[in-house]
Formats: sequence, C-alpha cells, structure tokens
Amino acid sequence: MLNILIADDEAPARSRLRDLLTDIGNLYIVGEAKNGKEAILLADQLQPDIILLDIRMPEMDGIEAAQHLQKLTKAPAIIFTTAFDNYAIQAFDMNAVDYLLKPIRQERLQTALQKARALLPQQLTALQPLSPQRTHLNITERGRILLVPIADIIYLRAELKYVTVRTAEREYLIEESLTHLEQEFGNIFMRLHRNCLAASAYIIGFEKRSQDEHAEKQWVALLKHVPETITVSRRQQHLVRMA
Amino acid sequence: MRLKQGKPDAKINMKNTGRLPNIRNLGIALRMLVIANAALILIAYTLSANLADFLQRVAAISTIAQPMLLTSLLALYSCHPLLIKLNYRQGIISVFAVIMFCNAAIYNLFSTVWIFNELPELSRVLFCSFAICALTLYYFNLRQRAYSPAVAEARLQALQARIRPHFLFNSINAVLSLIRSQPKQAEAALEDMADLFRVLMADNRELVPLAQEIALCRQYLALEKLRLNERLNIQWQVDNMPPDAMIPPLILQPLLENAVYHGIEPLADGGTINIQIYTKLNEIHLVLTNPYHTQNNHQHGNKMALNNIKERLTLHFDLEASLKNKQENGVYEVHITLPHQKQKL
Repeated sequence: MLNILIADDEAPARSRLRDLLTDIGNLYIVGEAKNGKEAILLADQLQPDIILLDIRMPEMDGIEAAQHLQKLTKAPAIIFTTAFDNYAIQAFDMNAVDYLLKPIRQERLQTALQKARALLPQQLTALQPLSPQRTHLNITERGRILLVPIADIIYLRAELKYVTVRTAEREYLIEESLTHLEQEFGNIFMRLHRNCLAASAYIIGFEKRSQDEHAEKQWVALLKHVPETITVSRRQQHLVRMA
Repeated sequence: MRLKQGKPDAKINMKNTGRLPNIRNLGIALRMLVIANAALILIAYTLSANLADFLQRVAAISTIAQPMLLTSLLALYSCHPLLIKLNYRQGIISVFAVIMFCNAAIYNLFSTVWIFNELPELSRVLFCSFAICALTLYYFNLRQRAYSPAVAEARLQALQARIRPHFLFNSINAVLSLIRSQPKQAEAALEDMADLFRVLMADNRELVPLAQEIALCRQYLALEKLRLNERLNIQWQVDNMPPDAMIPPLILQPLLENAVYHGIEPLADGGTINIQIYTKLNEIHLVLTNPYHTQNNHQHGNKMALNNIKERLTLHFDLEASLKNKQENGVYEVHITLPHQKQKL
C-alpha cells in the first residue's frame, strides 16, 4: 500500500486529489500540506512514499520544496502538479520529471503513481533555475530537518568545513560553501570579510574599534539582535563608506 | 458640466474607417491649437528677413489668425453634438464649412475696423485656413489609426494574457472538486465562468456602464474566492460611485486579476484587495490596492495588462484619462482617473 502526501495551497485542489485517490483505492493519504514548508515538515514526520507537489504555492514553492525533500533520510518520490506553467513543463519534459496537469485525470494519476520514483540529483539540478533563490535553508540536526527562513538570517560565517548560520535565536551549522551562498543570495547579504556574509537588513552601523590595546583600530559592523560584531576586512572597507 | 454630454458614440465611430476628433476633449483641443499656431509661426518665419521682422510678422498674423482660430474652435465645440451624428465624410465636409464660414465672417468684421497695414486677400486667408484644417484632420486620422490596433487586439489579448491560463485551469479544477460534494455551488461557479468568458470574447470596443464592469468583477472574484477561500478578502468602497458612468470594458477586471496573482496568492495567510471608486470634480477615480511582496518576480504579465489598459484609455479619452501605479510600504496601488461621461440617451 502506498503512503501519499498531498501538497497544494488551494483547498478545492486538495479535495479533488483526495476524491481521485479514494477512487483509485489501495493507498493511504497520510497528510495534506498547504505550502512547501509544511510539505517538508510533514514528509519528515510521516515518511510518505509519494508526494503530489503543487508548484505555485506561498511561503515556499514546489520546486524549492523538492530540493529540500531530497535531503530527507527517506526521500519520497515526487510528482509535481500544476495548472499552467510553461517554463516548468518544458523543464519537466526535458528531464523526464513526473508531473500532472490540473485538472488531473484519474487514469493519468494512476499511471504516475505506479512509476513514481525519487528525483535524481541531475533532475534537481535541472529544475533549480525555476526557483533561482531559496526562501529557506535546510539544516539537518539529529536526523531531523529544520527550515531556517533566509529573512531571519543575520550573518553567515565560514569556519573550516562548515558555515555557521546565525539567527536572532541561535546558531546552526550547514555544509554549503560561502561562495555558493553569496552567489545565490548576493542581493540580501554583503560580504564584509573573507569568511563572513552579513544581511544588509540587520546591519545597524559601523564603528572603528580595536580588539585590544595594542592592536590597530578596525572597522566593525554592529548588528541588530546579536551582541557580537563583525570585523570588516581592509579590502571591503569601501562598503563602510557607502553606508 | 459640459464634459458629460458629447462624447462620440464609440460604436458608430470606431466601426467607420475614421472619426472626427472630439473637440470637447481638452487634450484634442490643445493639440489643434498647437498645430495651427505652429503652422502660422512657420509661415511668418518663411516670409521674414530677420528676428525683428519675424516677431513683427508673428504679431501681425496673430492679430487676425488667433481670433479666427478661437472662433472656429468655439464654433466646432458648439456644433459638436450635430457633427458626431454625421458619418466621417459628411463630418469632414461640415467641419470645413464651419471653419470657412467663421473665418469669412471674422475677415469681414476685421476689414471694416482694420487699422494696421493692409489686410491679406480673403481667398488667400481662406486657402491658408483650409490647408491648416486639412493638416489637422489628417493628423488626427493617422493618430487614430495608430491607436486602433490596441482596441482590435484587446479581444485576442483578453484571451491570451488577461485571463491567465493559470486562472482558467485552476478554476475548472475547483469546480470539479465541488461537483460531488456541493453540486449547487458548482453550478453557480460554472455560470459565473460562462458570463466571464462571454464578456472576454465579446467585441469590447464599446464603452459600457461602470455598473456592468463591477458586476463582472464580482463574478470573477467569486470564482477566485472558490479557490482561495478565506485567503482572499475584498473591500469594496463604491457608495460614491456613479453606476451609469461609461467606461471602456475590462479596465478593472484585469487589474483585479493581477492583484490576486501577484498580491494574494504568494501570501500563505492571504490579504485584502481594496477597490475604491468615487467621483470628484467630474472625474471618476478608480483606486485599487493590494499587498505586494518584493520577493516575487512575475513582473512581466503585470506590465502587459497595464500597458493595454493605458492604450485603451488614451484612445477613448486622450489626455483626460490617466493611469498611475506605485508601490510603497508593501502596498501596490493603481489609480485610474477618467472623465465622468454618462450613458448616451
């Protein structure tokens, strides 16, 4: 018996899928999510075999959700559903990704469920341009997935193998390269130092300080919500002047 | 008050190959003045030897030409209700006749009281005003042709761009979901859809009463409400609205569609669309606001709809209508102003 998770922001669309799945029978609807974020949390919790994932959803769209879902220990098979999205459909066709067009026909749904399988890494890479900027970072902690909204991140600091993600509440560790993060979120974060990206929205101001009595004075950035400051490297000092 | 009366009937005029410019529109009257004065200045420049001579000639020509020009415009203004009843050919001939008559009358009046240097010959004055008049009419004819495709294409674009396929298929999907559980509601939804598409596929070149457009918008929103439920809140502030005012069709509906697509759908908890319609100083104001997220980048479709609406407003009302949009503090606002024009009896 297949365990299925439905993710769609529109209630009628969810109820339509429920009707169709009930008609097909011999499967179990484990849950329903109203956006991409919920879909990931429910998938993590309920471990469905298949997710029927709408593309256009608030908070987090289906394409981004699929990228996070792949990181689950037991990644579910993904079938995208969409009413209309030319770019996405082109990308799906080119990379043999399963998708269903709304309104969905029962026979098509049945076929899709039979051949559903988890997305391959290269398929995910091909879909990435459809959702060029993630809205959340996913962090695996003790086998659970945590989603940190990009808007909550105050700074990102590279240390050895990991990157520290700082929010007002706490710190997380992720395994991504700072350069890659800077490329993706260049409009949100400023590189203040070789190893640090700070969110422009959280920078209160700059101040000239010295670490100890003997050291030369250096520019540091003061941040909202956190006591620590970030040293601005000599090379990035033009940012201070611009601010 | 006068602005209310004499807008040419869009139906009759647009189906003809041409139509007379609407002299009662401020923008059009201004254009006429500019064209005629430019021509006069050009004549003075050609005849003059130097700057002083040029200024003198401009003054001399203006003394006789400005009264003629203003009288002609005034005469056309008062004859406008009669002129628009004629077809284009008859209209053109009548316009020439009115102008020739006015100018001849002014000329005769001036010849009795003329105190400056000698008056030019009557035939030359008449020929000159004839030429300027022909030039002006030709300009307006060309201009109208340039804008006409906007109206002709409106219907096609309505199907291709305004009703987003996204909306169509999602609505059908929503209706399908209702058929088993709430057949009555499904029926109502299909009826709304039929009405909506009837208007979208209709010949949308005639002005329609504002009340009709509002009714269409309510049907459209009922369909969206079906999908989005409590996420979509609508606030109508239309107590002060003149229901019989005539507006180009599908001015408001595409804007609402944009508001739903860009403003409401990206929000998990939904939001409110505010529609305010009121009259002020003989103008109708349509103000639409919706929450706006800087994150979403589907700007293209929005611009297309706005440009189409702008073009159609220009075609119908020239300078008297305007469309402004702005976004601040997470709110997107579109503000349309158009002349208050009542239904033709």
